[in-house]
Amino acid sequence: MGIDIKAKTTGFFKNFRFGDHSTGMAFILLFILAVIVGWPNFLQPRNLINILRQISYTGIIGLGMTLIIISGGIDLSVGSMAAFTGGITILFLNLFPGPSHLGVALAAIFAVIFGALCGLFNGILVTKGRIAPFIATLGTMSIFRSLIQYFSGAGNILSLNTVYPEVGAGMVLGLPVPVWAFFIIAALLHVLLNNTRFGRYVCAVGANEQVARYSAVSVTITRMIPYIITGATVGVTALLWSSRLNSINSSDCVYYELDAIAAAVIGGTSMSGGKGTIIGTVLGAIMLGMINNMLVLGGVSSYLQQAAKGMVIIAAVLLQYNKRN
Amino acid sequence: MTVEKTDQKSVLLETRGITKEFSGVRVLDDISISIRAGEIMGLIGENGAGKSTLIKIISGIYQPTAGSLQLDGKQVEVPDFITAKRLGIAIVPQEFNLINTLSVYENIYLGNEIRKKSGLLDKNRMREKAAEQLAELKMPIDVNLLISELSVAEKQLVEISKALLLDARILIMDEPTTTLTGHEIVILFTLMRNLKRKGVTLIFVSHKLQEIIAICDRVTVLRDGSLISVDNAADVDEHDIARKMIGRDFQQVFPQKKIRGTDDIILEAEGLSSGKMVKDISFNLRRGEILGFAGLVGAGRTETAEAVMGLRPLEAGKLTYNGKKVAIKNPRDAVRLGIGYLSEDRQGKGIVQNFNIPQNVSLISLKRYLKGVLIDKRAELEKSTQYVKKFNIAAASQKMALRFLSGGNQQKVYLARWVDTDPRILILDEPTRGIDVNAKREIYDFIHSLAASGISCIVISSEMEEVIGLCSRVYVMREGKVTGCLEGKQITEEEIMFHATGIKGQVS
Ligand SMILES: Nc1ncnc2c1ncn2[C@@H]1O[C@H](COP(=O)(O)OP(=O)(O)OP(=O)(O)O)[C@@H](O)[C@H]1O
Ligand SMILES: [Mg+2]
Repeated sequence: MGIDIKAKTTGFFKNFRFGDHSTGMAFILLFILAVIVGWPNFLQPRNLINILRQISYTGIIGLGMTLIIISGGIDLSVGSMAAFTGGITILFLNLFPGPSHLGVALAAIFAVIFGALCGLFNGILVTKGRIAPFIATLGTMSIFRSLIQYFSGAGNILSLNTVYPEVGAGMVLGLPVPVWAFFIIAALLHVLLNNTRFGRYVCAVGANEQVARYSAVSVTITRMIPYIITGATVGVTALLWSSRLNSINSSDCVYYELDAIAAAVIGGTSMSGGKGTIIGTVLGAIMLGMINNMLVLGGVSSYLQQAAKGMVIIAAVLLQYNKRN
Repeated sequence: MTVEKTDQKSVLLETRGITKEFSGVRVLDDISISIRAGEIMGLIGENGAGKSTLIKIISGIYQPTAGSLQLDGKQVEVPDFITAKRLGIAIVPQEFNLINTLSVYENIYLGNEIRKKSGLLDKNRMREKAAEQLAELKMPIDVNLLISELSVAEKQLVEISKALLLDARILIMDEPTTTLTGHEIVILFTLMRNLKRKGVTLIFVSHKLQEIIAICDRVTVLRDGSLISVDNAADVDEHDIARKMIGRDFQQVFPQKKIRGTDDIILEAEGLSSGKMVKDISFNLRRGEILGFAGLVGAGRTETAEAVMGLRPLEAGKLTYNGKKVAIKNPRDAVRLGIGYLSEDRQGKGIVQNFNIPQNVSLISLKRYLKGVLIDKRAELEKSTQYVKKFNIAAASQKMALRFLSGGNQQKVYLARWVDTDPRILILDEPTRGIDVNAKREIYDFIHSLAASGISCIVISSEMEEVIGLCSRVYVMREGKVTGCLEGKQITEEEIMFHATGIKGQVS
């Protein structure tokens, strides 16, 4: 027995390739680095929770984005879509006078459905319209942004509901609501990707669309649904974000698409499609948050934070490239 | 190990104790062979024996775990493909290395572009020279077409042209004939002999034993990663080679008895038309029959099958399935009716390279592995283990991504995927592409047993003897039309060729 275990463990280390676990390893290294740089403040529970809350808004969108990228697409419109959805959701909420809980509940559902419809619009352009995803969503990116500017008069849309902020600013069992939303959606999409027929098809279509078509997979639907799911995740973020400040500004959620895509890519999702994991994206999003936090604690100019983020993204892609040989 | 008596001077390339391991699994074990200048060396062995791996080491794609390469009596390092090219080694890989979105001539000259004095690309010259090269192969493909528009045989010829234009000293070809019909193979062989006369050294991999004996000077046999023998081709016959390959005696390939099927017709096609390659095609298929489709490359057999599967839009024609008229708009409709189609293009339309074996097997039949909405991965793995046993799929583990399997083993996994759908009709387009002689027999037996259990099979094959040995009826096609239907004693090589080339069988 003892020999068996020994053989197994040496076997594990012999077969252990850095490339297979690069995201996990990078995460651990970065964590250790953050502990050292940010000592002792980094490890304070309040700080850690804060990091999680900060990354959850784009992290949630990143989860949906992961599905899109695996299926061979991309969605650049998510940031504008989040602001647009948030603004329309507040307008909807304001139809219910006073501190109406019913209004808040309906607004939550509304946000998710509205986001999903925006995603459906992207999906239709990409599949039925046969427009390259990059171009189609570049177009909707400016459409959604322009619409929210129009509806807000290029300013704020304010909510009149005083209980609405309880959604985005609330705490459950010591963790902020957005963090819960992030983890729960991650768990759901993880199962969807790994254990359902749809998830398998998404990977197949992303890996080789012809193969999928010849194997009786409906390529159109399989490519469309990830956009709808991403729209729904945008709806969740829009809800959390707009309720936190009880308003939406027409310039909110700018560059969210970059963080969402970055989280997926750092997490090992291949930009050429066919491969990726939800867990990777979760780690990728948290890593982005840790880097920002570390720079703040280390007293680095906030102007340099974006540069650090950029370098991490490039490093992640380089790692991916080397993995492929 | 066999000791070779070689005149040292004439040795051009030598592998010395080449060993290769992939994460601890040894796939080549101490391989030492000497290849003489200007000879054609055959390389043969079962699926997964290590042929492609050895070739990839010679051409710098893989690095050996141990051992070395000698060129002109000097040790050489081949760290990458570019170095190999510089040393004068060119390769026609088993899996095509072509870019679908580029044209034929752009692919042929990829990495070797011809430039004008100004430094800009000389596209006209590249077009001309590419066309010349293809003409030499008697395959007038329009060099401006995109690779994605070509059939597998055409892709193969483009890949060969690409290697030929390098003017290499050593030309290695990994299974170049699997998708070509007899006609193109004859042309290729003439070309190989010409190259040999010019002093080029060739390494040629094939699973067709007659080919090896016909074209090669010597034959190297590998089995399970070990070198078994190097013989003069004149000293051995097909049986000897087969015996060395599989380690025991090997006899007759085709099932004894032919299966005729019942009298009721399960599928009838009337006047199918779709594009240039499918013109007014009519045929019928009986229950439990093995029906053949023969013809030259470009006769429209694949396109006909794709039209039946709903992969190509039908412009005219009618399909009757089990006595009822059916409309098949896409492959899902076909699968729902119980019709399956194994494509000739394993790489482009068959396997998912980064899926493992169970994931590839269950891709179409996934519904059956669901427990509620979740995939029952244990059941999936169990079923795929059965196929691995049934088809003798050689793989270190089920969890291996398919791109790490040898070509023949990938083909078996692909076949398993369609078998797993429990089809009523199975259309097999080049079912034994890249499969070794021994496994071929097993697959023939298997097709036979499918038919015996009432499943109707259509076999499209470029190998004449496959059609002759397996089928009870054969439709012959030429230029998108059916030129004849042969039955029983009529099914002979000559008769098929007459109809395929247009000497007989005027289009009705
Ligand atoms: N990159 C890789 N990683 C792991 N295993 C590999 C890799 N490449 C090849 N193998 C294994 O090495 C063995 C030999 O493969 P190879 O492709 O050389 O066989 P082959 O003789 O060319 O077979 P075929 O006739 O089917 O083409 C196979 O068992 C294959 O699974
Ligand atoms: Mg091979």
